[in-house]
Amino acid sequence: MKTELNNEAAVKAGPNTEGMNQEQLRQLEEGVSLKIDRNKDFSNAPSVLRGEGVTRIFTTGKTRTVAVDHVNFNFHKGELISIVGESGSGKTTLSKMLLGLLEPSDGTIYFNDQVRDISTGAKKRAYWKGIQAIFQDPFSSYNIFHKIDSVLEDCINLRGGKNLSKQEKYDMMTEACSFVNLKFAELTNKYPFELSGGQMQRLMIARIFLLKPEILLADEPTSMIDACSRATILDMLLKLRDETGMTVIFITHDIGLAYYISDAVYIMEHGKFVEQGPAEKVILEPQAPYTKRLISDVPKIHEPWDLSTVG
Amino acid sequence: MGKIMLEVNQLTTKYVTRANEDVYAVDHVSLKIEEGKSLGIAGESGCGKSTLALSLIGYYFPPLHYMSGDIIIDGKNISGLDPDTVRKSVLGTDVAYIPQAAMNALNPTRKVYKFIEDVIHAHGLDMTNKDIYDMAHKRFEEVGLPEEALLKHSVELSGGMRQRVVIAISTILNPKVLIADEPSSALDVTSQKMVIKMMREMMDKGMVKSMIFITHELPLLYNVTDDIMVMYAGQIVEKGTAKQMVFDPVHPYSRGLMRSILVPEAGTRDVKLTAIPGTPPNLKHPPAGCRFADRCKYAVPACKVNAMPIMEFEDNREYRCGHSVQHLREVYEHEDRAE
Repeated sequence: MKTELNNEAAVKAGPNTEGMNQEQLRQLEEGVSLKIDRNKDFSNAPSVLRGEGVTRIFTTGKTRTVAVDHVNFNFHKGELISIVGESGSGKTTLSKMLLGLLEPSDGTIYFNDQVRDISTGAKKRAYWKGIQAIFQDPFSSYNIFHKIDSVLEDCINLRGGKNLSKQEKYDMMTEACSFVNLKFAELTNKYPFELSGGQMQRLMIARIFLLKPEILLADEPTSMIDACSRATILDMLLKLRDETGMTVIFITHDIGLAYYISDAVYIMEHGKFVEQGPAEKVILEPQAPYTKRLISDVPKIHEPWDLSTVG
Repeated sequence: MGKIMLEVNQLTTKYVTRANEDVYAVDHVSLKIEEGKSLGIAGESGCGKSTLALSLIGYYFPPLHYMSGDIIIDGKNISGLDPDTVRKSVLGTDVAYIPQAAMNALNPTRKVYKFIEDVIHAHGLDMTNKDIYDMAHKRFEEVGLPEEALLKHSVELSGGMRQRVVIAISTILNPKVLIADEPSSALDVTSQKMVIKMMREMMDKGMVKSMIFITHELPLLYNVTDDIMVMYAGQIVEKGTAKQMVFDPVHPYSRGLMRSILVPEAGTRDVKLTAIPGTPPNLKHPPAGCRFADRCKYAVPACKVNAMPIMEFEDNREYRCGHSVQHLREVYEHEDRAE
């Protein structure tokens, strides 16, 4: 059943671009592709978030679980850090402590070289102007009773734009949406659940664009999104970092993704950082046995996948 | 050429929505698997991978309906049988199915060997419980599972172990085709590797004669299966061996998928990661022409008008696109050079 349909004339005529907007045209032309500057050196950049001996212990009855065990870290301004670990390694507990949702049992966290103080509600809110998060599941990140307009308006108010006129707010929201390739005019008066998963995650990034925090904590932001649209989300995060000099902390279990996008990688096992350093070094020349195992257990394309290493 | 274990001809199944609209989630799908071979099915969520799996095991409960086409397992046509007959005479012996969240489906109040007794009794085999236990023990030993696992409740087992137990239970009657739908996606990489290792061993020892492996993780498919099929909006868009599909994809969509692979290997950091813009079409009203045309970089006006049949090229490869293979390869080569 070898049929060959060839529209030679049509092929020469080029793509049918009728009714497409500028952004779609650009995407069709060159595709959404990530360009990452690999030669940045962050060792002299100012530190935005630093931890010394950060520990969290959960006790239930007589059992004592050390979820995060004396970890030290230093995140620089504008750096993209990945924290990689399997389930149960303590990465979520650590991220909750970074966000100030959980108190560390021991250790100190420094924010902009000052000891972080979130003892009162007002201080907490002030801290959250500096750090924001994107979570894994966009479907459960929104209040279902709030329209998209109020989601975005809250961000403007939080940044001190409470007294701006309606038109000014509208313009800001439109700008934020166009940054993530959404059209605000189509979204206004809609609820977040009317959007697809990818659109919701992009709206999350639009929020971050309005808030412009110093630190963004992204907890598996692409794990519920298809691989083929993953690059779009990553591209927006990177664009945001380049524009605002934001520090991005990426929490993930996908070591391939961590390797691709990060400047620095921290490998976490049983609540400890077993290895940390520049991505190139940690992934290509792993020292810790755990890192070696993690990398060897991921199926690869160019190197053979050795199945005999597991029992 | 080996004996053909599973042959599917022009299988079409549909969902009927509450508003009485038809959604053809599997649209004229044909495939063949020989004895001892495995086929991987890839595609983004909503492309019909899981529906294809359900259709193949005859799981036609509303809203899923069988429309047309044949499913022939080792010479026996099971298409159009009612779900009850399928469960009694086909499931377990001809075809076994492991759904996405199989490991959470084990009843927590019963011990693992009880599930195996259930399988045997459901098929009306004349065996005493002692025989069944011995058989289960022998099988567990062969696939590298400890005997203690048989005597435990499912909640006492780790996720990876539970998943392996489920696979062992569902293949106890040596099915001719094993359909695994994302069997390892919810697991850590190390447990995933154990599951894959076990499935490979079962294939090698002939406990399972052929396998369909469904996942969206391409590096995994590349390492596990012999052939890969890419689905898009209910249709097959390309088929080839694992190697051909990863290193020489022809269809623009397959190429897009293959270029979104991220693995921790030297050199991957220098590759440009590209996204496919847009979203798949709504299958309630599928486009008249090529279903990928709206997102395709290489689409021409004719693509939106002419629906393409799936066409063979080279050895046993198939693709569905209005452009010729030669033209597509030239374009890709030009692009790669430009990078």
